[in-house]
Amino acid sequence: MPGIGHLAKPDKASRIRPVRLEVMEMGKREKEITMKRDSLILGVAATVLVAGAAQSGSITAVSWGGAYTFSQVEAFHKPWTEATGHVVVSEDYNGGLAEVKAQVEAGNVTWDIVDVEKSDAIRGCDEGLFEPIDTSILPAGADGTPAMDDFMDGSITECAIGVIVWSTIFAYDHSKIQDGPTTIGDFFDLEKFPGKRGMRKNPKATLELALAADGVAPDQVYEVLSTPEGVDRAFAKLDTIKDQVIWWEAGAQPPQLLADGEVAMTTAYNGRFFNAIAGEGKPFTIVWDAQIFDTDLWAIPVGAPNRDLAIDFLVFSTLTEQLAAQASYISYGPVRKSSLPLVGTYYTNPDLEVLEHLPTTEENFATAIENDYVFWADNQDELNERFNAWLAS
Amino acid sequence: MQKSYDGKSLVVKDLNLAIGRGEFLTLLGPSGSGKTTCLMMLAGFETATHGDIFLAGRPINNIPPHKRGIGMVFQNYALFPHMTVGENLSFPLEVRKLGKAEREEKVRTALDMVKMDGFEKRRPSQLSGGQQQRVALARALVFEPDLVLMDEPLGALDKQLREHMQFEIKHLHERLGITVVYVTHDQSEALTMSDRIAVFNDGVIQQLSNPDDLYERPENAFVAQFIGENNRLTGTVEQRNGKIVSIALDDGSKSKALAVNCGGQGSRTVLSIRPERVVLGWENESNTTLGEVLELTYLGDHIRYRMKVHGNPDFVLRLPNTSEHAKLTVGETAKISWNIDDCRALDI
Amino acid sequence: MPDMAEPILAADGTPLKKKLGQALFRSRLSAFGLVVPLLAFVVVSFIVPIIALLWQGVYDKRFAVLMPNTSAALSDWSGVSEPTEEMYSALVADLVVARKEKTIGRVATRVNRELSGMRSLFTSTARKAAELEAPYKDALIAVQKTWGELETWQAMKIASRVYTPGYLLASLDFKLNADGSIVRQDENRRIHVKLFLRTLEISMVVTIACLLLGYPIAYLLASLPLRTSNLLLVLVLLPFWTSLLVRTTAWIAMLQSQGIMNDLFVAFGVTSDDDRFSLIYNKTGSLIAMTHILLPFMILPLFSVMKAIPPSYVRAAKSMGASDWTAFWRVYFPQSVAGIGAGVLLVFILAIGYYITPALVGGQDGQMISNIIDFHMRKSLNWNLAAAIGLVLLVIVLLLFWVYDRVVGIDNIKLG
Repeated sequence: MPGIGHLAKPDKASRIRPVRLEVMEMGKREKEITMKRDSLILGVAATVLVAGAAQSGSITAVSWGGAYTFSQVEAFHKPWTEATGHVVVSEDYNGGLAEVKAQVEAGNVTWDIVDVEKSDAIRGCDEGLFEPIDTSILPAGADGTPAMDDFMDGSITECAIGVIVWSTIFAYDHSKIQDGPTTIGDFFDLEKFPGKRGMRKNPKATLELALAADGVAPDQVYEVLSTPEGVDRAFAKLDTIKDQVIWWEAGAQPPQLLADGEVAMTTAYNGRFFNAIAGEGKPFTIVWDAQIFDTDLWAIPVGAPNRDLAIDFLVFSTLTEQLAAQASYISYGPVRKSSLPLVGTYYTNPDLEVLEHLPTTEENFATAIENDYVFWADNQDELNERFNAWLAS
Repeated sequence: MQKSYDGKSLVVKDLNLAIGRGEFLTLLGPSGSGKTTCLMMLAGFETATHGDIFLAGRPINNIPPHKRGIGMVFQNYALFPHMTVGENLSFPLEVRKLGKAEREEKVRTALDMVKMDGFEKRRPSQLSGGQQQRVALARALVFEPDLVLMDEPLGALDKQLREHMQFEIKHLHERLGITVVYVTHDQSEALTMSDRIAVFNDGVIQQLSNPDDLYERPENAFVAQFIGENNRLTGTVEQRNGKIVSIALDDGSKSKALAVNCGGQGSRTVLSIRPERVVLGWENESNTTLGEVLELTYLGDHIRYRMKVHGNPDFVLRLPNTSEHAKLTVGETAKISWNIDDCRALDI
Repeated sequence: MPDMAEPILAADGTPLKKKLGQALFRSRLSAFGLVVPLLAFVVVSFIVPIIALLWQGVYDKRFAVLMPNTSAALSDWSGVSEPTEEMYSALVADLVVARKEKTIGRVATRVNRELSGMRSLFTSTARKAAELEAPYKDALIAVQKTWGELETWQAMKIASRVYTPGYLLASLDFKLNADGSIVRQDENRRIHVKLFLRTLEISMVVTIACLLLGYPIAYLLASLPLRTSNLLLVLVLLPFWTSLLVRTTAWIAMLQSQGIMNDLFVAFGVTSDDDRFSLIYNKTGSLIAMTHILLPFMILPLFSVMKAIPPSYVRAAKSMGASDWTAFWRVYFPQSVAGIGAGVLLVFILAIGYYITPALVGGQDGQMISNIIDFHMRKSLNWNLAAAIGLVLLVIVLLLFWVYDRVVGIDNIKLG
């Protein structure tokens, strides 16, 4: 990397050189940004010293691809490279622990940091696939709130640190359906809204949505689902639309299915729809009723080749400013409460306030269901089997 | 009849041929001479570009091959490898919807005929080349066709077996009285077996006659050269006197020959003399000369001398290896002569 | 017959038989030497990993290794009597270690496969295990009353078996009980047998479709002049130049309800605009795409076998009075059977293990057993079950191969 090599040589002087460069440029910038920068630089300087990793290196960050990875590249990777001289190699995956497990068990780990769902973060930690992370390295929020209070409940786990709150919602094309659906019940109502439905080929979220559509209150969904009758009830509800469902697997599929007219409405991750609406101007309307929200976290595989750099990157990317910046690229909620006031407008459209499109915004959040990772850790073997058997029958 | 494949050139230019019932007719010629194409037109696998084919008085141009009732023996026998010998023979009878008993009877008779009885259950791959040949023959005959076509059927056999099979086929033909059209490029095979031979070259029949006429009285230079060994002497016609012409040979000497296929005075001609018709000594009056022995080849029953005669260094003389004949040695000059009747003046 | 007591000797006095043996041995040795590198490569990179993976289908030492005391205690337990205090104390000792070594997740995952809910029970209890005091039975039950239930212990007993038929049974929709008895899986969880059958069904239909479509093409190719047939053969091979994924996605564009085929159907009035055919994301989609992708594997062996059938056979048949159809059916077709055998086997074996195409276009009823194997490899991480299903699939394929050998005969197969 000849372009940045001179910025980060492994000697003492060069460790602070990027900081100085930033300071020299400060005068040219607007005040607001300068303030942001300032705290950012301090943060970086601190973590560089803490981590003791000043070699010009690269890490491999693995995420879900598409618009989501793009948001991370813009909000995390580029600023981090700018600040430290280290390079982030971005790789895509489709979730799950299979690759991590394969790498760790083969003793040939090539990933340094992975964006995982919460259930996988917990499970990977329990199975010794992820490094435990010392939460004391997380700096306080930009407003001074200590890290442990700043992060949302449950977004800091033993081996993983939260990044975003995302949710599974459904949407429809308002250019094709007038007076569109407003509740999850409408999603399951083929008479009122005929047409194909898109759903994720996974019992997770699907069963919850079915119960919510069947009239179960958001806070009782898992209680009901824990009983055999509840599972039967969920499948019975799914039976009513089974013939009309097109099952998707990759997050990029559902907006495409909806845009192609293959489905009348489909579930998806809210950020994917937001990008289709904000970025591509698609006439989609998101229905927030019974959104199922979950956290995505950074985790570091055991034996990651650039562990220290990865930790540095993790700390940097979960700073208040970075999390707020990410929201300008994709409408996932930052896990730090201190980030919310800093959330700006969409990066290509200064008139579009992202805040109201976040899952965590009050009006969107009223009937939200939090994904219960403990329930899924306990029951996924059985429910996967049952779901697969149900699909195949 | 005419045949063209590409619309530009004719493979068969002018075929006009009548085959008698019970006749053994051979189409003889070098490869590419159009003889196989003729056979395929007879069988119906090729259509004639122009002209008509009649079988027993009825036109068969538009009759598909399987309705012509013509038996055929192929070069590589074309015995069906997935059927036993018995099934192979039974096949033409089955498609004619004969009863089982009748089929078995006919198959047995046919195998008997080619001395292959007891081989019904074998597969073609378990038979020798000669045996396969017999089975192929039996298969072509088993449904008693009026006409049997044979496309170089002995080509794949070794010499001894081939000669043996020639006689067997000949005998079968005589015994059954069938009509056979036989294609070969082997002149001795043609001479041995046929009633009549049609010599093909360049899509045209050069000569159609019985074997001895063909050999002894070739009508043109191609036939003389193609059938048997032949000595050629070139010259110019000096004078024509009825059936006899006087020729001035290219080396200046004079000779007399039988006028067969030559022009009038002043035209070029080729004299054709069979090697065995040349004799040692000057017993004939008209055609005597001297020859220098260049090479001799010992062939057992006779000896072949290559001599320089009238300037031609490839003049061959064939003498029986008998005790009364004097032996010549290389370098010796010998007196030789031939009969006017044995020297035929042909086209050049 | 030569006298056995006096063997024939070679020129140097050694017995001829021995001499011959030596000569043959030397040539065999050098022949073997030539294949050693490939053999070693195949063994190391193919056979060993496959066996190692399939081995996991019947071998799972995780619980026994990570929970040694509990496993020892469980081996003496009948599976039906009340769990003893020794068993509880062994469990607590193991949980403490497992928590410290960070192996509790693997233990929990293992037991959870036998009984849902065990995962959180193990992980949450392990966090408190170090503080528990004797008597452990009461202490554990105080933490979670599930510990007092028989089925919790039965699940552990099943998990403690190192050599276990459990995964193989699961891949055939059976379940292993703690007392060693075998029962069928709950009806709404039976999936594998259904998928095996569907896999066979799809493979057979695809094979037959390939044969019906490929045979005339191969026949045409074999009977055309060489120049034309070579050109057409390139067209047959053309799909190989594009990636499998591209070809599959192309079918999505073709067959989806707003796709080209349906547009054409609507344009020609075959169907109405709001009643388009479901050609993809279902079994039809799998069948169409797989038939297309596997067609060359049928055409090529057929073509090379047909090319070797001399035209004189059909001519001979016709000269004997067989009509075109009879000549084809009785003479030509039987000789092309070797190519059919090769093509059918090739396509069927490839089809039976297909997974990307059904995953992309199969929807819910076009999924095959390989998709479940993939699911357990990548999603549920139950590699043991994946290995067991793979093992069953392998056995089925070998069994079919055996049947095929008996019916068609493997030596009747020709690739050209």
